[in-house]
Amino acid sequence: MIAHTIFFYIFSLIAIVSAIMVATSKNTVHSVFFLILDFISISCLFIMIGAEFLGMIMLIVYVGAVAVLFLFVVMMLNVAQKNDEFFQTPTRYSHLPIGLIISLVIFFELVIIVGGWKYKPNLLSASSINLDSNISNTHSIGNILYTEYIHLFQLSGMILLVAMIGAIVLTFKKRTGIKRQSYIEQISREKNTGVSLVDVKINTGVKIDD
Amino acid sequence: MTEIGLEHYLILGATIFTIGIAGIFLNRKNLLVILMCIELLLLAVNINLVSFSIFLNDLNGQIFTLFILTVAAAETAIGLAIIVVYYRNSGSIRVEDINTLKG
Repeated sequence: MIAHTIFFYIFSLIAIVSAIMVATSKNTVHSVFFLILDFISISCLFIMIGAEFLGMIMLIVYVGAVAVLFLFVVMMLNVAQKNDEFFQTPTRYSHLPIGLIISLVIFFELVIIVGGWKYKPNLLSASSINLDSNISNTHSIGNILYTEYIHLFQLSGMILLVAMIGAIVLTFKKRTGIKRQSYIEQISREKNTGVSLVDVKINTGVKIDD
Repeated sequence: MTEIGLEHYLILGATIFTIGIAGIFLNRKNLLVILMCIELLLLAVNINLVSFSIFLNDLNGQIFTLFILTVAAAETAIGLAIIVVYYRNSGSIRVEDINTLKG
C-alpha cells in the first residue's frame, strides 16, 4: 500500500507539472511534448488503480494518434519558431484577473465534491453493474459494451465517421492549373469523339490540335 | 495520508481541470495551445469518471470514459482541420489577431 501511495504522488506530480507546462510553455512543440507526458502519467495512474484497458487505450489514442496529429499541424503551420510572450501586449491585462477568478471558483466547486463525499459516502452507491473480480477488466468492459451499450457504441462509430468526413471536406482545396483525372470523362469517351481518321497527304504531314 | 482514496483522485482531476481552464483564459499565443487545454479538460473528466467507477464498484464510468475518448478524438480532428483552414485563409493563428467578431 505504501508503494501505491508513493507511485500515486509521483505520477500525479508529474501530471500536474506537465499540465502547467502545457499551458505556459513558450514553444508550441514543447507544449505538445508535455501533453504527451501528461497523458502517459495519467494512463499509468489508470493502470495502477485497476482500469488497465482504459490506460492502454489512452496510450494508443492520445499518444499514438492525437499527439502525432498535433505535431503534424505544428510542423505544417510554422508557428513553432515564434517565441512570443505569454502575455502578448502589456496594455491588455484585463483578461488576467477574470480568468484567474473563474478558474479558482471552478476549482473550489470541484473540491466541494470531496466534502460531499466525506459527508455522505453512500450517496451514490446505487450501482447497477458491478465490477467482477473473477474476470479481467477488458473482459468485463467487453461484456457490457457489446450488450447494453451497443447502440451508443455504434453511434460513437458514426461520430468518428462524421469527424473524418468533416476534416477531409474542410481541408480539401481545389487547385487550378494542375491536370486532374476525371473518371466520368474517361469512361464516357466514345469512338466518334476520341478517334478521328484523316487522310494524310504526301509530304504535308498531319496537324494535331492538342 | 498514506491511504490513497477517492479524494486524492478527485483533487488531482480538479487541479488538472483548473489548469486547463486557466490555460484557455490566459492564453494569448495561438489556437493550438487552446485546443491542447481542451484536451486537458477532457482528461480531467476522464480521471474523475474512472476513479468514481473504481471506488464505487460500478463499471458504467469506464464505459463513459471510452465514449469521451471517442468524442475527444473527433473534436481534435475537426478542430485541427478548422485551424489549418483558418491559417490558410488569414495567415495567422495568434489569438490576438482573431478579432473579426470584436469579442
